Amino acid sequence: MNILILGATSAIAQETAKYWAQEGANLFLVARDKEKLAAVASDLQVRGASQVVEYPLDLGHIDVHQQLIQVAIHNLGDLDVAFVAYGTLSDQATCTQSVTETLKEFTVNCTSVISLLTLLANHFEQQKKGCLAVITSVAGDRGRQSNYVYGAAKGAVSIFLQGLRNRLTPFGVTVLTLKPGFVDTPMTAHIPKNPLFANPKSVGKRIYKAVKNQEDVVYIPSFWRPIMTMITHIPERFFKRLEL
Amino acid sequence: MNAMNQYQSWGQYPQSSPHSIQPVFWQNDPIDFDSPNQTYLPYAYGRSYGDSCLNNEGTLLDVSSLKRMLSFSEDTGVFRCEAGVTFSDILQVVVPKGWFLPVTPGTQHISVGGAIANDVHGKNHHRAGTFGIHVREFELLRSTGERFICSKNHNAGFFSATIGGLGLTGVILWAEFQLIPIWGPWIETERTRFHHLSEFFSLSAQADQHSEYTVAWIDCFAGKKSQGRGIFITGNHQHKDTSTPSSITPRRTVSVPFKAPSFLLNRHSLRLCNTLYFHLSFRSPTGSIEPFDTFFYPLDRLLHWNRLYGSRGFLQYQCVVPPPNQKAGIAELLDHIRRSRQGSFLAVLKQFGSMSSPGLLSFPREGTTLALDFPNRGEDTLNLLRILDDIVCECSGAVYPAKDARMSAQHFRSYFPNWEVFAPLIDPKFSSSFWRRVADSDLPSEAPSIPPTHGSLQTPQHDELSMGISS
Repeated sequence: MNILILGATSAIAQETAKYWAQEGANLFLVARDKEKLAAVASDLQVRGASQVVEYPLDLGHIDVHQQLIQVAIHNLGDLDVAFVAYGTLSDQATCTQSVTETLKEFTVNCTSVISLLTLLANHFEQQKKGCLAVITSVAGDRGRQSNYVYGAAKGAVSIFLQGLRNRLTPFGVTVLTLKPGFVDTPMTAHIPKNPLFANPKSVGKRIYKAVKNQEDVVYIPSFWRPIMTMITHIPERFFKRLEL
Repeated sequence: MNAMNQYQSWGQYPQSSPHSIQPVFWQNDPIDFDSPNQTYLPYAYGRSYGDSCLNNEGTLLDVSSLKRMLSFSEDTGVFRCEAGVTFSDILQVVVPKGWFLPVTPGTQHISVGGAIANDVHGKNHHRAGTFGIHVREFELLRSTGERFICSKNHNAGFFSATIGGLGLTGVILWAEFQLIPIWGPWIETERTRFHHLSEFFSLSAQADQHSEYTVAWIDCFAGKKSQGRGIFITGNHQHKDTSTPSSITPRRTVSVPFKAPSFLLNRHSLRLCNTLYFHLSFRSPTGSIEPFDTFFYPLDRLLHWNRLYGSRGFLQYQCVVPPPNQKAGIAELLDHIRRSRQGSFLAVLKQFGSMSSPGLLSFPREGTTLALDFPNRGEDTLNLLRILDDIVCECSGAVYPAKDARMSAQHFRSYFPNWEVFAPLIDPKFSSSFWRRVADSDLPSEAPSIPPTHGSLQTPQHDELSMGISS
């Protein structure tokens, strides 16, 4: 298994990658912080990965994506999985006051992902195999006043992935949209925990299974699917008055 | 649901509410040690039984995210990992490569940091000593932001204070230790029934010669004539040419879903369990081969088994009685426990060896150790444990802080005479509920009168259950 992980130091990516490491996968890890990346790489190496390459990079810099993908493919050969796991949880109040912040959040959570997906999709189409797995969010299913910048960015990626899935299915390529709800990670450390929070370990396991089973759209944990179905079906004329 | 509620200890007693939780996600993340009037204590999985892992009204540094393995040499068995890595994770990686933990307690769900901070021991203490003996080095973060690589030769003061130091000397970020080589995941084990405490001592003297692992389960309800009857269990890692089953069927774990109603655990049901175990445990052959996890971690099959004790929780008591008093001392302890009718499922006896740990506050020392649970029945239980403490103290023994929720400051200081060497090495911003109880509180100048409970003893000292921050 040759696996490219973008955002390898995210808590969810770490937990998912452990399963691949145990299977002896070749891993190409990309993340911004060099020291954290080194810790994650050594962990995956000890847990059984055959080969681990560290590639420190800020994925918000779109102009280096092309080169990154080339280096990854050069190192790994064919890609069995490309896993996009990076992102930031935007602070809605800050974004509301600042165009710069809003666009910055969009760059990280949406346009940079779309840039990578565009490049990767073309590669997967040629390969005629593999899995493109991307973490979006339940927040992308419907816009709400409390986090619509984050939600819109994730929602755009989800729709982009729908299109890719439709395009790449005939080529035998799996496009997997992963929609976690609240996960207890550094990204949500400042939010008081409630029973809806999932732990990264179980989320990682679910993602590993979803990749293995070549699934399409996965809510994690699964109880989010009925919840989001309900939420998306509330008529807008009521929904707009809710404080969500 | 209050997220703080999960930060309790394994015995669920005393209940604690930390002022705040600060997760530590990365070794290099700055930790905020600057909140005024706050004390700090590392916390991972809360497997200490009493209050040594609690910091009531203080800050807990949750290090359970520090769980990355850093290096493992398959040639030498030297293993390095972050402090929140569990023994279970380590075994999963190293056993298939022919290595095993040098020392392991009865659960694999503990962190490496906790194993060092409590200087844990296992069924091989007579051969291998404590976990701390096998630690080569670790990195300690102090509240000043300074980081110290500690080993026998570097920062030796912090090294010996941190091993068994109950998390009070700073945050252990990572540790490196030596594994032991094995031929496979199987343990050759033998069980022998014994009918009296005296037999335990003779069995143990023999078995410790040829077995890596020895332990005895005893029936703490059995009467005078059969006092200390039980099952003696030995184990050795499989040999090169041991014939073993071709594969291990993965164990099924069962979870206790909620806290049991307290009436389920009464002296009749507990007594019955003990009697049944004594008589029925020989359905299986006396010599057999079993996977390491059923041998070392029988209770791990029952996730959250602490919930069986209901919402009042339970108290563990583990003491060691050194020679020459061990036979008489253990007999006297068992006598008191039997007469109190408060004992529980699992009472364990083991002979500790003479190998000494570098840890200043390390609990194990040569002698006989007795461990058992007591359902929390309030004052009755606390009174009994005070009596046991007096006996242990009189025998120059010690009680295990990792399992304690109530020992008095006086007892602590007599069990751990090194505490005064240890105290200056504590991080000034670190504290725990346990430490405030046993070390920060001033001893009463005159012992208040508690009715004498034990004929040959001096007046027991006042035992204060201080739960808050002593300011």
